[in-house]
Amino acid sequence: MQSIALSLVVGAGAVLGVSALIVVLAGRSNRVALGVGSGGALLAALVGLPGAITALVSGASTDVALPWSLPVGSLRLGLDPLSAFFLVAVFVVFGLTALYGIGYLAGYHDERRLAPVTAGFNVLFASLLLVVLARDGVTLLLGWEAMSVSSYFLVTFESERDSVRRAGTTFLIATHIGALALVALFALLARHAGGFAFAELARGGQTAFAGANLCFVLALLGFGAKAGFWPLHFWLPDAHPVAPSHVSAVLSGVMIKMGIYGFCRVLAFLGPPPLWWGALMVIVGAISGLAGVVHALAQHDLKRMLAYCSVENVGIIGLGLGLGLLGRHYGVALVAALGYAGALLHVLNHGLSKSLLFQGAGSVIHATGTGRMDRLGGLARRMPATSLAFLVGAVAICGLPPLSGFVSEYLIFLGAFGNGGLPAHAVGLVLTALAALALMGGLAAGCFVRGVGVVFLGEPRSDNARHAHEPALAMRAAMMTLALACVALGFAPVVGVGLVARAAATLAGAAGLPSLGSLPALSGLAVVLSLLVAGLALLRARLLKSRSVAHGPTWGCGYAQPTSRMQYTAAAFAEPILGPFALALQVRTQAQLPEGYFPRAAHFERNVGDTAGERVLVPAWRRFLHLALRFKVIQHGRTQIYLVYMLVTLVALLLWQMGGGPGG
Amino acid sequence: MTAARLGDLAVHLGLLLLLPPLLPGLIAKTKAVAAGRRGPPILQLYRDIGKLLGKGAVYSNTTTWLFRAGPVVSLAAVLAAGLLLPLLARAPFGFAGDVIVFAYLLGLGRFFTMVAALDTGSSFEGMGASREAAFSALAEPTLFLVLAILCLPAKGPSFAAAFSALPWQTWLAAHPPLIAAAVALFIVLLSENSRIPIDDPNTHLELTMIHEVMVLDHGGPDLAFILYGSAVKLFLFAALLVHVLIPVHGRVAGLPAFLLGMVAVAVAVGIVESITARLRLLRVPQFLVGAGVVAVLGLLVLVFRGTP
Repeated sequence: MQSIALSLVVGAGAVLGVSALIVVLAGRSNRVALGVGSGGALLAALVGLPGAITALVSGASTDVALPWSLPVGSLRLGLDPLSAFFLVAVFVVFGLTALYGIGYLAGYHDERRLAPVTAGFNVLFASLLLVVLARDGVTLLLGWEAMSVSSYFLVTFESERDSVRRAGTTFLIATHIGALALVALFALLARHAGGFAFAELARGGQTAFAGANLCFVLALLGFGAKAGFWPLHFWLPDAHPVAPSHVSAVLSGVMIKMGIYGFCRVLAFLGPPPLWWGALMVIVGAISGLAGVVHALAQHDLKRMLAYCSVENVGIIGLGLGLGLLGRHYGVALVAALGYAGALLHVLNHGLSKSLLFQGAGSVIHATGTGRMDRLGGLARRMPATSLAFLVGAVAICGLPPLSGFVSEYLIFLGAFGNGGLPAHAVGLVLTALAALALMGGLAAGCFVRGVGVVFLGEPRSDNARHAHEPALAMRAAMMTLALACVALGFAPVVGVGLVARAAATLAGAAGLPSLGSLPALSGLAVVLSLLVAGLALLRARLLKSRSVAHGPTWGCGYAQPTSRMQYTAAAFAEPILGPFALALQVRTQAQLPEGYFPRAAHFERNVGDTAGERVLVPAWRRFLHLALRFKVIQHGRTQIYLVYMLVTLVALLLWQMGGGPGG
Repeated sequence: MTAARLGDLAVHLGLLLLLPPLLPGLIAKTKAVAAGRRGPPILQLYRDIGKLLGKGAVYSNTTTWLFRAGPVVSLAAVLAAGLLLPLLARAPFGFAGDVIVFAYLLGLGRFFTMVAALDTGSSFEGMGASREAAFSALAEPTLFLVLAILCLPAKGPSFAAAFSALPWQTWLAAHPPLIAAAVALFIVLLSENSRIPIDDPNTHLELTMIHEVMVLDHGGPDLAFILYGSAVKLFLFAALLVHVLIPVHGRVAGLPAFLLGMVAVAVAVGIVESITARLRLLRVPQFLVGAGVVAVLGLLVLVFRGTP
C-alpha cells in the first residue's frame, strides 16, 4: 500500500518532468505551453493527491534508495505522516493554482512567451515533491536548490521591469544565504551521525549531543529564511508581489511552508530540546506575527499587503512550534501535541486561504490593471464571484469561526491555555504567546476589513475599477473550489485534525493526539450559527415582504454631489490602528496640506518601509562592510610585498609543523 | 435530554433572549437620575425594537448583499456566543476551549459589522469602522488575559470549569487576581459596548462616534437586529463580570443573586458614564493598554503566588 502511494507521487513528479520538457522543446508555441504545461501540472496533482491521502491514512513510513549513487550522500525517497501531510497541501494548492493559471496566463497569450513560466511552474512543483519526499540530506538539498532556482525564474517573469529584476536578485541572494546555512547544518549533522540518510540522522538525534545548539541556530537561519521569520523575511514583500499572481499563490501558499517542513524534519535529528529553543521560537513567532500584520496594515498595494500577511501567519506557525518545543522540553504531552497540531494545521489552512486571496488579487489586477487599493473600489457589483471568494478567504485567514482558519488557532490557544504541568516561568512565555496571538487576530481582522472594504465595496475610485469584469471560468472555478475547501474544513474540523494527528504526535513524542471531544461540538456550533443566520434572514424577509423597501443614495450629510473621493481610503483606514505602533515603523510622509480658506491643491503621501530591512539588516550590513574595508590596507598592489606575505606564511607553517602541529 | 437539562435550557434561553434590552434601559435611567431628570422608561428599548420591526427599509444604491448580511451575521454570532456562556447552570454548548470560541464569535460579529459599514461608501461609516478596528484590536489581548486568569486555576479551558473553580473559599483566599480580572473586564466591557469613556452612545457628532456611526445607514428591521444584538453583547459581558465577582453557579438559589448582579453592573456603568467624560481618541489606546497591564499584573500574582 505504501509503495503504491509512493509510486503515485513519484509518477506525479514524472508527469511534471515530462510536461516541462515538452514545453521547453516546443519553444515558441504558447498554446502548447499552456495546454501541456498547465494541463500537466493539473494531471500531476490529480495523480499524486490520492497517493498522498493513502499514505496519510495508512500512517506507515517507507524509505527507498534510488539506484543512482552520488559522490556524497545518497538518493533516498520515502513517505511518512509528516511528508504525506505536506504533500496533501502541495498537491491541492498547486493543482488548483494550475487550473487558475490556465485562465490567468491566457491573458498574456499574445504578449510574451509562456514557456518559461509554465515549465518553471512544473519544475517548481517537482522540486517541492523532491524536498518533501527526500530521505537523505543531500537529496533534500538538491531539491532545495532546484526549488530556489525555478522560483527565481518564475518571480522574474516580467523581467523587463526594473523593480522585478531587483526583487528577483534579492530573492535569489536571500534563498542562497539560507541554503548556505542548510549546507553547514547537514554537514554538522552528518558528521555527528555518520551519514546523510535521515534514518542515520534520526538515530543520532536520540540523545543530546554537543553541537545541537549550533545546529538549531543554523536550522532556524536556513529554514527560517525560506519560511519568512522576522527579520529574515525581507525578500518576501518584494518578491511575492512582482511575481504573476498564480505564482504568488504557490509561493506564499506552499513554498514558504517548505521552510516549516524542513524545520520540523530537522527537529527530530537534534535530540531533546532545551528550554531556550522553545522560548526563542515563541519570541520569534510573536515578533514575526506582530511585525507582519502591522506592516500589512501600512501597505497601499494589495499583493504587498498579502505578502506581509504571510509573514504574520508564519509567525503564528512559529508560535505553535514554540509551544510544541516547550511542551516537549517539560514533557507535557498535551501542550506539545496541541502546539504542533495547530502549527501543522495552520500550514494547510493558510496555504488554502492565502492562495485563494492571491488568486482573487490576481483576478482584480487582471480586470482593472492596477493593484493599488486606493484606485479600486466597488468591485463587488462588477465581480461578484471574485468578491465572494475573496471574502471567504479573508474571513478564513483572520481565523474567524466557522471557517478553516479558526480551527488551527483554536488548537494553538488550547495548547496555551491547557498548561497543566508547566512551571511558573514557562507559563509566562505561554501567556505572552496567548496575548500576542490575540493581538495579531484583532489586527488581522482590521487588515482584512480594510482589504475587502476598500477594494471591493463602496464606489469605484477610478475608471479602471469602473470597467472591471469577471475573470475567466477557469479562474473562478479554482477560487470557488478553494473557498469551498475553507468552508468544509471549518465545518468539519475533525477532518483537518485527523490529517495532522499522526505527524503532530510524532513530533511531540506522544503516542497520539489527545482525543478532542470539542471538535464535534465545533461542527455543531457552526451548524447552529448557519441556522441562526438563515433564520434571521428569513425573519427579515418575512417582515419586509409587505412593507416598502426603498432605494436611494447613501446619506452624505446633505452634500448634493457625493463623489467616490469622499470615501475612506486604505491609508485613512489604517491610520488609527497604526498610531500606537508608530515607533516601530519607518514612516516617511510627504505632505502639502490645504492652506487658507479656499485651498487650491493638497498633497499627502505616506510610505512605510520595512523595519527589518531599514533598521536591522541594512545598518548591520553597513557596519560589516565598514569593518571589512579596514582590512583593505593589505591590498596595495605591490607584488614584492605579496611575495613577502607568501614567504612569511610558508615559514610560519614550517615552524608550526616542526613544533608539533597536526600530524607532526 | 432529561427534564432537568430541558429546564436548564429553557431558563438559559429565557434569560438570554428576554433580559438583554433591560440593561440599556437601566443604564439610561441611572444616568437620568444622576443628572436630575426622570429619563425614559426602563422598558423603552423593548418598545423601540418593536417599533423598528414594524417599519420598512431603505437601502443605499451603493450597497451590496454584504450590507444586508451585516446585521444578521452579527446578531447570529452574538446569540451563538450566548449559547456558550453559562448564565446560571450549564450552558447549552459547553466544551473544552469554549472561551476561545466565545471571543472569536464576537470577533466574527465585529468583522461583519465593519464590512457592512464600509459597504455604504460613506466617509462616516469608514471612520467608524477604522476606529472600531483600532480599539477592538487593543481590547482583544486584554479579554484573552482575563480569560486566562479565569482558566488557569481551573481543570480545563472552559467556562464551566472556570466558574466551578470559583467558590466562596477561592474568592476569599485568592481575590487579588480576580479583582484585577474584574477591573480589566469592566474596561473591556466599556470598550466593546461603546460606553463612555471610549465612545458615547448618545452622540451623533462625527468627531465622537464609533459604534453609532457604523450603523448610520441601517433602518427598520436591520436597526432592530443591531440594537438587540448590542444589548445581548452588553448582557454577555455583564454576565461574565457577574460570574467573576459573584460565584453564582447554582440554579434556583443563583437567580436572585444573578439578577441583582446584572442590575448592579448596569447601574455601575451608568454611574461611570455620568461622572466621566469621553476620552480623546488619541488617549483611548493608552487606556486600553492600561487595562491590559492590570490584567497582566493579576496574572503575575496568580502564577507566582500559586493557586491555593
